[in-house]
Amino acid sequence: MDRLVIAGRTFSSRLIIGTGKYPSHQVMQQAHEASGADMATVAVRRVNISDRTKESLLDYIDTAKIFLLPNTAGCYSADEAVRTARLGREAGLSNWVKLEVIGDEATLFPDNEGLLEATRILVKEGFVVLPYTSDDLVVCRKLVDAGAAAVMPLGAPIGSGLGIQNPNNIRIIREFITSVPVIVDAGVGTASDAALAMELGADGVLMNTAIAGAGNPAAMAEAMNYAVRAGRLAYTSGRITRKAYATASSPADGLIGR
Amino acid sequence: MLNGDRFDLAASLTVSELLAQLDIDPRRVAVEHNLTVLKKPAYDTTRLIEGDAVEIVNFVGGGAR
Repeated sequence: MDRLVIAGRTFSSRLIIGTGKYPSHQVMQQAHEASGADMATVAVRRVNISDRTKESLLDYIDTAKIFLLPNTAGCYSADEAVRTARLGREAGLSNWVKLEVIGDEATLFPDNEGLLEATRILVKEGFVVLPYTSDDLVVCRKLVDAGAAAVMPLGAPIGSGLGIQNPNNIRIIREFITSVPVIVDAGVGTASDAALAMELGADGVLMNTAIAGAGNPAAMAEAMNYAVRAGRLAYTSGRITRKAYATASSPADGLIGR
Repeated sequence: MLNGDRFDLAASLTVSELLAQLDIDPRRVAVEHNLTVLKKPAYDTTRLIEGDAVEIVNFVGGGAR
């Protein structure tokens, strides 16, 4: 079977989903189910001390089916990200982290220097580090050298829905990063974007807003489920080469009237 | 300090006692005490005193940011 394997752990789906921005926990649960995903990323935040009435997110995630991937979203320094990762490990009791060190508020582009620093620290502490990074081969290489368990280049700014803005960068990263999975993280807007990411050779796609913000999140989740599988199949099937002119599909012999 | 806000301790408490007082399920949170993340077994043995900085966090919805 063609399965996604990260750090020795096998996933049945190549789609990784978020848990934020859904209209309700119930809608999130339906979307998760429709997505077929078995890994979901969660944020680590302060407990609201004064208001304890809010329902816990975990009541709506079937953790027997869905592997929780704590993230360091919103962290702007290596120090903050490392602290958050350590807390996430304790809250979730797994040593995996989707590592984000953000460098710019308007674009949410990664601070790759801080990202590398945090990756080195967390790998030393035994974490399985999945870093969200720029679509830059050189940075991806440095992350792999630092011990990252995957590289997660962005397709477009987080939450932008612009689709893969630089397909060639993703293709190049795929070509040269072969020792760990390449997961396109962020930027997907609709199903064809996810399919394209997979056709470019990505091992997986991580998305949140494209599903959570859709008019019908559960239906979009199903679309993404198909798109990721279709894209993967297309990638592994060996597409035809592009030609400038037509090549007939039907025989030239036996035409009537000739 | 508790989650960035001033928090008055009536008496010296363990982390377990603090969580119970706040009605927080210890299985669903992580606790940082003076910048060190506590393992769950340490909740019973870690005593909080005036001037300590405590962070109690849990998982919330998020994909990125």
